[in-house]
Amino acid sequence: MTTEAAPPASLAIRVPVPITSADPGNADEDVAPPATALELRDVSLYYGAFRAVKDVSLDIPRNRITALIGPSGCGKSTLLRSINRMNDLIATARVEGEILFHGENLYADYVDAVEVRRRIGMVFQKPNPFPKSIYDNVAFGPTITGYKGSMDELVERSLRRAAIWDEVKDKLKQSGLALSGGQQQRLCIARTIATEPDVILMDEPCSALDPRSTLQIEELMAELKQNYTIVIVTHNMQQAARASDNTVFMTMADDRSGYIVEQGPTLQIFTNPTNRLTEDYVSGRFG
Amino acid sequence: MTSPSITTSAVRRELAGTSTDWRGVVFGMLLLGSLIATLSVLLAILGTQLVQGWPVYASRGLDFVTAPLTSDPAKAGIGQGLVGSILIGFLVALLCFPLGIVTAVYLEEYAPANRLTNLINVNIRNLAGVPSIVYGLLGLTVFVAFFSALGFPNHGRNIIAGALTLAALILPIVIITSAEALRAVPLSLREGGYGVGASRWQVTRRLVLPAARPGILTGTILALARALGETAPLLLAGAILGTYSSQGGIANLLTGPYTVLPVTVYDWSRKPQAEFRELTAAAIVALLVLTLFFNAMAILLRNRYQKS
Repeated sequence: MTTEAAPPASLAIRVPVPITSADPGNADEDVAPPATALELRDVSLYYGAFRAVKDVSLDIPRNRITALIGPSGCGKSTLLRSINRMNDLIATARVEGEILFHGENLYADYVDAVEVRRRIGMVFQKPNPFPKSIYDNVAFGPTITGYKGSMDELVERSLRRAAIWDEVKDKLKQSGLALSGGQQQRLCIARTIATEPDVILMDEPCSALDPRSTLQIEELMAELKQNYTIVIVTHNMQQAARASDNTVFMTMADDRSGYIVEQGPTLQIFTNPTNRLTEDYVSGRFG
Repeated sequence: MTSPSITTSAVRRELAGTSTDWRGVVFGMLLLGSLIATLSVLLAILGTQLVQGWPVYASRGLDFVTAPLTSDPAKAGIGQGLVGSILIGFLVALLCFPLGIVTAVYLEEYAPANRLTNLINVNIRNLAGVPSIVYGLLGLTVFVAFFSALGFPNHGRNIIAGALTLAALILPIVIITSAEALRAVPLSLREGGYGVGASRWQVTRRLVLPAARPGILTGTILALARALGETAPLLLAGAILGTYSSQGGIANLLTGPYTVLPVTVYDWSRKPQAEFRELTAAAIVALLVLTLFFNAMAILLRNRYQKS
């Protein structure tokens, strides 16, 4: 390993440097670490007999963007979908371990998955607005939860927070499907935040979008984290390096189950990883 | 650099290709031929019946459409058959569509993916293939017997029993086409609904069913059009072959003797008098018009929903 200075935090390929300070990463932060929104304790996820994710323990800090990175098929999306119990829709899916939200296990017997999903929203890889008007898309979530306040205000607020209000304010009655890809994804984000969740899960939200829309959404994420906690799965390492505060690197073991190799502040993972595998992945030697 | 004209013409020859794709041409012609053959059959049926039956409409017009069955060909009309067909259409729709659609929703959205569900699906497909006359036997031994046991007039041979028979006949078809329409709704739509915290019922009612509506409508209307053309099951289940007098009033309409258009066609086609040839053709034209009307409605509705 050479001892040259780390390249600037940009799109450059990272050259790992040896640890020079006792406390990498948080050295320049002088505030107390944020509270945790979600805790995963020894979570293993199965599809039938096949173990897709092995012994994951992880804290998701509040009001931060946490990125899950790793090669294809290592269980990142499975892990993400287990947080808001979307995997309940798959008959053979099974969870071991605990996922704690405000200290409560989301998989306890008394928990209603529908209530979980109102508080932990999800944005999908391919934008999937409902075949309804833009207004109805955003109003859908609040309507079914029996929202009693002013729907117009809620819709406007959600569309503003998703940075799309100016583009659609004159055509709220138009179909959501008539928008461009990037606009549709922002509409889906507006739809998700309309139910006023605590956490927003994003499963590769930009992989189907052009670079300009991708950048718009990354800027949006930086604004959103003021009000929401964000967990994003991404294949795009540079995006994780650009946009996230913390990074979790997963990979596939020999038995094809996914596990966490390393996790920590993004700067540290990308400039100063402690694990050889992490180093190889972030410098592009495999993926 | 070589002379442009030599290079151009060589390239042009290569781009133009050498031989024509004879097999492709022949195949295309065969396809066109089979299309023409099919259309010819349809036109032949429509044409011959129209030609033969037109004089009846030309000379008697509305009278033919409203007159009851009699043995006198100059006075016989399709009135009772038409009323019977329309009424039985309503009843079959009422009995069959809600049940069929709800069953399809259960099988596609709620039933767990296990062997029992598979068994049910396979058996529904089997039922769709059962010959229609077997359903006629079902109608006779179950529905007619039921009404007869309850003391209904005419030995229980009423239009409700007939409607139940036809409803049983097309129920498997309605279930299958509705299930197909539901299956065609993309998973991403459901995931979007679940993702904002909708329950299974909310996703089904507010997202999946509206999206499947064109397919379900088309399937059910086509199934109904088929039911309206069925003859054998109703012959067994109590439609009147021959003449009868129908008294007025809803009660008599529902509990008294009845007939339907296809049965009228069958009846007249067996009569020896020559005048009945024309009448049969005219009745067939009416039946075809009814069928085409339902098919056209299905297509129109489907197009309207596909655009929106």
